[in-house]
Amino acid sequence: MSQGEHSTPASATIELVNDRDAIDAVEDRIVELAEHAGFSKSARFALRLALEEAIINAFKHGHSGLPPDTTITVDYEVGPSRIFVAVEDQGPGFVPDAVPDPTLDENLELPSGRGLVLIRAYMTSVTYNERGNRVELVLERKA
Amino acid sequence: MGSADSRLRVRRTDGITQIEFVDRNILDEANIQSIGEEIASIIEAEDKPKLLISFANVDHLSSAALGTLITINNKVRGRDGELRLADIDPQIYEVFVITRLNKLFQIMDSSEEAMRSF
Repeated sequence: MSQGEHSTPASATIELVNDRDAIDAVEDRIVELAEHAGFSKSARFALRLALEEAIINAFKHGHSGLPPDTTITVDYEVGPSRIFVAVEDQGPGFVPDAVPDPTLDENLELPSGRGLVLIRAYMTSVTYNERGNRVELVLERKA
Repeated sequence: MGSADSRLRVRRTDGITQIEFVDRNILDEANIQSIGEEIASIIEAEDKPKLLISFANVDHLSSAALGTLITINNKVRGRDGELRLADIDPQIYEVFVITRLNKLFQIMDSSEEAMRSF
């Protein structure tokens, strides 16, 4: 990886276990690369939040019922104008549109479901594969 | 409160329980659960509890933390109490706006303003 070289994307593929320190290390790494690439503080805030929500969703919901040591895969590529992160779990997948919208008046007091809303709000694009076990996040630098 | 591993700073002034977070990032599920349980025990110990939760030290929070705040709000209302949130960084306030939780919670600019509002 070429941390600090703004013109060269920094990328990696990581097998991640459900361990807080390991999750923090991956998030810290990607956010640090974003900082070196020149992304603003508010963009890095958005990035960390989306990463956190995507990774926790993968472990908590994607791997529900699977052995606790089941790993997820995080792919990332950080460039000067675009950050790409894919989070893939080994679960059966889900249908994003089937998750109740927690921002509706009747759902405001539901204690869950806000992770997807935050990811969509903060990322430039969010794409799920057909199975629903892989989400691709793109954050483009604002002009 | 008294627990050495508490993730909260709690003090009581004029019948109002003021709560601050020890951690700058409220992301970890286990910590969030422990925070929720600790605040629940405060709520359950009082008749008509008045709670002020300050986010003065908080840089990041996750949707799991928002879920716990909703549960706390429901518990406070269940005991005919009042909850205020205060000192929320603009970036974090945006999280409340995106999720429309700024409509559910009574959010004040500062702890001082929140204290006066009870």
